[in-house]
Amino acid sequence: MALPTATGTTPCPECFADITLTDVMQHELTQCPGCGAELEVIGLAPLTLALAPQEEEDWGE
Amino acid sequence: MSSPRVGVLYSRVRVEEKLLFEAFERRGVTIDLLDDSTLVFDIADVRQHPYQHFDVIVERCINHSRALYSLKILNDQGVKTVNTALVADICGNKLMTTSALAATGVPQPKALVAYTPESALAAIESLGYPVVLKPTVGSWGRLLSKVNDRDAAESILEHKETLGSYHHSIFYIQEYVNKPGRDIRAFQIGSDTICAIYRNSPNWITNTARGGRSENCPVTPELADLCTRAARACGGGMVALDLFEDPDRGLLVNEVNYTMEFRNSIAPTGVDIPERMVDFCLRVAREGWDAANGFPPGTSAHLATISLADGASA
Repeated sequence: MALPTATGTTPCPECFADITLTDVMQHELTQCPGCGAELEVIGLAPLTLALAPQEEEDWGE
Repeated sequence: MSSPRVGVLYSRVRVEEKLLFEAFERRGVTIDLLDDSTLVFDIADVRQHPYQHFDVIVERCINHSRALYSLKILNDQGVKTVNTALVADICGNKLMTTSALAATGVPQPKALVAYTPESALAAIESLGYPVVLKPTVGSWGRLLSKVNDRDAAESILEHKETLGSYHHSIFYIQEYVNKPGRDIRAFQIGSDTICAIYRNSPNWITNTARGGRSENCPVTPELADLCTRAARACGGGMVALDLFEDPDRGLLVNEVNYTMEFRNSIAPTGVDIPERMVDFCLRVAREGWDAANGFPPGTSAHLATISLADGASA
């Protein structure tokens, strides 16, 4: 079974420009082509974006 | 044999995770996603836990603390993981990495550890300027300081002690290696050094996350031997090693990363890194950690106890 994805258009939470996304997954990171904000997919139905979380001290490889 | 049950422990879906998911899908392997923001582990009762049915769980967390603790719990419950808690414990902490590499004679830059600003200053002056101060836990070149003189050393040590959390008072001091405008990022999977890139940058921090430009680096026998020894010193598995080219001493291992990022290394090397990672994970699922790494049977058994020392703080 393929992993759940979504395709559609949703507003950027920062600049409210419409962003078209294709086959994105829950928690996928993306960037607004309009304002450059780092975004995270927080819902697939409906397709919803939020500002990506700030980098934490123990983030990394 | 039926398809193994594979779980992927993750925080965010970045380019690397999507490439891995697609590589598993091409093999016909169904993966279960384990979102670390929703996990609750019952760590006091190991008789029944929801992860026993997995043949392997692949760790792709962004937080070192979540990765380390999750792997420790899973390994203690008998679940095979890639990488293991031991690898995460060693590689996720620069002090632990340096100590493990030193114990097996892997060449690396000089490094000193001190616990007070006064002893740290003495350590810095014994190495000679410039030196590099690094947090023991952290990535992407974050909070690295190149210290060029005593004034800077005193200021940075005071700032770290006053403003940082407790592990910033464990001062990790590394000699500054005057590398030739680049370093090497090599990818080790089990006993194979599968590819490497040069990271070119006019800045002393060469991470591609900080703008370093990548190009293919041939995997010489010397590079492969060193990477294999270093990875083994850190417990094996799938790791990305950062190496310096010292004009006098040759290759030095700087860091070993256990949740490796590889998006910028596929094109210049021509190596399908996620495919090789999937190969390794499936081999761990079917044959176990030692076989997948080319270790003699039983090698890992005596390595079960890990420190969970400093650095696992949030």
